[in-house]
Amino acid sequence: MAEFKKADSMLEWFDQRLGVVKFAKVMMTEYWIPKNINFLWAMGVLLSVMFAILLVSGIFLLMYYKPDVNMAFDSVNYTIMQEVGYGWLFRHIHAVGASVVFLIIYIHMFTGIYYGSYKKGREMIWISGMILFMLFSAEGFSGYMLPWGQMSYWAAYVITEIFGGIPLIGGDLVVWIRGNFYVADSTLTRFFMLHVLLIPLGILGAIVLHFYALRFPHVNNVEGEFFDFDEEAEKYLAGKHKESKVVPFWPVFLSKDFFVLGVFLVFFFYLVFFHYDFAMDPINFDKADGLKTPAHIYPEWYFLWSYEVLRGWFFPVGPLSGKDLGLMAFGFANAIFLVMPWLDRSPTVKPANQRPYFGIWFWLMIADLMVLTLFGKLPPTGPNAWVGFGASLTFLVLFIALPFVTIAEAKKAKGK
Amino acid sequence: MKEFKILAVLVVLVGALYYGIEPFAHSVMHPEVAPANFAFDDLKNVDTSLKGNVDNGKVLVEANCIACHAIEAAGHLQIMSNADAAAAYGVNPPDLSSAGRIYDKNFLANFIYNPVAAMKLDHKYPVGGAKAFPMPSYNWMQPQDIMDVVAYLQSISPKVTEDKAGHEATFKAACSRCHAMKYGTLEATTPAETLKTYLGTTPPDLSQHIKSRGEHYLHSFINNPQVLLAGTAMPRVGLTEKAQEEVIAYMEEIGDSKKAERESVGLWVMGYSVVFALLAYLWKRKIWKKVH
Ligand code: HEC
Ligand code: HEC
Ligand code: HEM
Repeated sequence: MAEFKKADSMLEWFDQRLGVVKFAKVMMTEYWIPKNINFLWAMGVLLSVMFAILLVSGIFLLMYYKPDVNMAFDSVNYTIMQEVGYGWLFRHIHAVGASVVFLIIYIHMFTGIYYGSYKKGREMIWISGMILFMLFSAEGFSGYMLPWGQMSYWAAYVITEIFGGIPLIGGDLVVWIRGNFYVADSTLTRFFMLHVLLIPLGILGAIVLHFYALRFPHVNNVEGEFFDFDEEAEKYLAGKHKESKVVPFWPVFLSKDFFVLGVFLVFFFYLVFFHYDFAMDPINFDKADGLKTPAHIYPEWYFLWSYEVLRGWFFPVGPLSGKDLGLMAFGFANAIFLVMPWLDRSPTVKPANQRPYFGIWFWLMIADLMVLTLFGKLPPTGPNAWVGFGASLTFLVLFIALPFVTIAEAKKAKGK
Repeated sequence: MKEFKILAVLVVLVGALYYGIEPFAHSVMHPEVAPANFAFDDLKNVDTSLKGNVDNGKVLVEANCIACHAIEAAGHLQIMSNADAAAAYGVNPPDLSSAGRIYDKNFLANFIYNPVAAMKLDHKYPVGGAKAFPMPSYNWMQPQDIMDVVAYLQSISPKVTEDKAGHEATFKAACSRCHAMKYGTLEATTPAETLKTYLGTTPPDLSQHIKSRGEHYLHSFINNPQVLLAGTAMPRVGLTEKAQEEVIAYMEEIGDSKKAERESVGLWVMGYSVVFALLAYLWKRKIWKKVH
């Protein structure tokens, strides 16, 4: 064992035992971030803060929530919302936070796509990010079931039913997921377990992986420029702060993020206290009733686009029913973002506005996702069904075309 | 500056998305209905300009109404238990003490003349149909007599306070023969199974309807349920605008009891966030001056 001399300060005492000084350097003061980034690069820190907020508010809710079909609704809407001091505050923060976190995730994701931050060494950042997206989706879905309102019940019913379309095992799979033939107490208790234990554990692990994956390739910048981080870091450490292309994570990068966070929190708390209906659907204040189907069933807003990809296929083609086709399109939509780094065949890392074909592709994709989201909420009747079909088909075509678009773009760039 | 442009694009996209999936989608799913009508001027069977005679009204009420209805304010206590009364009539006839205060005058007069028409329940009780409404029509009475009854009911109605207790009294008089309010520990005065037989469906507990339906919906629905749920068994109750506001206030006091706290805490938290953002901005400026 190494020899320990008496520590002169608390810091030294800890440093001897845990190496905190070195640790702080590696993680904070000498963790280098490019200087040339804009506020979109603050989304990762916003997400970290949102996750912390969700975790803490969730722990408070957990103290009074009762996972039982007979008690769940009242434990939320009476005990937590009206009896427990500031219980309503934790519920509003948790419910609105769970919705807003997806807005930030989408901004974060599409920033990554726009600036090409998923390729040339950044593939693992992207994949760990997509794992986070999937885990958050599962977390959002399972959490929405817990208050046991009408929308909890019927969204759970419709979405678990989707798995029934999988050939051969579909029927058994639905029963296995629900733990019963219909959405029942067993469904609630298992989704409760997933929501408060298994998925959060997975998220914590995935966040660690995501951060670790950022270490070697480093964060991208607005020009997609590659440079030698060690060289730039040396410049910075030598005091040439203005000349160096990098800044340390703490305090320089975070000082900007804190400002962005502050602005975001004003918006977030406005929603929490004064404008929460979009996240806490009024229909969910009706207790779940398996015999009373609501007139309109829709998932939370952040699932609408993929829900519409599924619903768009409402007529049979050849031997395949609309349901089969929808399920296939839905599976495609949920998996395709994962392989984004390999669909983009162009080696250029540049923001989309500096890439002739990809730039067009990017905005078409955004427009299509917005159309899908809107029509995912509207009743799928009359012309709406056809718009939904068109948007769903466009989505598939866009992603199938992406390799060709980017190859063509790369050729054009070479020809120059 | 570039960052403002990016922010503007974000705000436009998110704003358009929000508009589409919230206000727009809801306007498609829940089209606007005819505005509430508190004059009840579709009811024209009784000439309500006639001035009522309270003394004659008292005689008529004692002869015609108290066989079924209690009127505590006039000393006529309920004779049967809730369950027995409900079993006898299908639903517990409400105590009429506050009828003169909570029901609109025109509605009340026409209700006495023809209850089914006033409540808009002709689809459930068609003329000559098998089922009869439990309360008889007093269409044989002279309009003057009906207005006397109305005048008498108005004269005995106790005043209520402008607070939760007063709002609760209005709710009890108008709704609680059918609806429970669990979070306010109010049970329906008619047993649930009896109601199911009488109405064909169990009226919902109203504890959270201020949230699930919202004030806007309730405002139209209570005034005339048929415009929002065509063919529903819930009657048009005929409340004055003021009484209806009291009922909705009570629903909010029970269903959203932390509203005032939420709004005041909200301002403080937002204020704090603004201060945080400003300080963070100053700190950022100071730090980035050295690197730019
Ligand atoms: C045979 C029993 C019976 C008699 C007699 C009777 N009622 Fe009723 N009344 C009822 C019942 C039952 C209800 C509840 C019906 C329902 O809600 O479906 C009722 C409801 C009412 C209401 C509530 C209306 C509303 O909009 O909610 C009023 C007011 C009323 N009666 C007044 C009278 C008056 C005034 C008389 C005498 C002129 C009278 N009733 C005689 C049985 C009776
Ligand atoms: C005679 C019984 C009766 C009375 C009195 C009555 N209701 Fe109802 N109410 C019903 C029934 C039955 C339903 C269920 C309607 C349906 O689902 O078709 C209902 C439904 C409702 C609903 C839910 C509507 C929806 O959108 O699903 C509300 C809100 C409501 N009542 C409010 C009131 C209020 C407020 C009062 C008193 C002013 C009242 N009701 C008086 C029988 C009654
Ligand atoms: C709660 C979930 C997430 C957290 C906490 C998180 C956190 C972070 C942080 C702190 C950064 C570095 C700073 C930045 O560039 O913003 C980052 C970068 C990144 N994240 Fe995430 N992230 C999450 C989800 C996702 C998702 C869903 C994706 C998309 C699949 C994703 C893709 C990326 C990419 C590509 C980068 C690199 C950006 C660049 O190099 O410019 N992340 N993330």
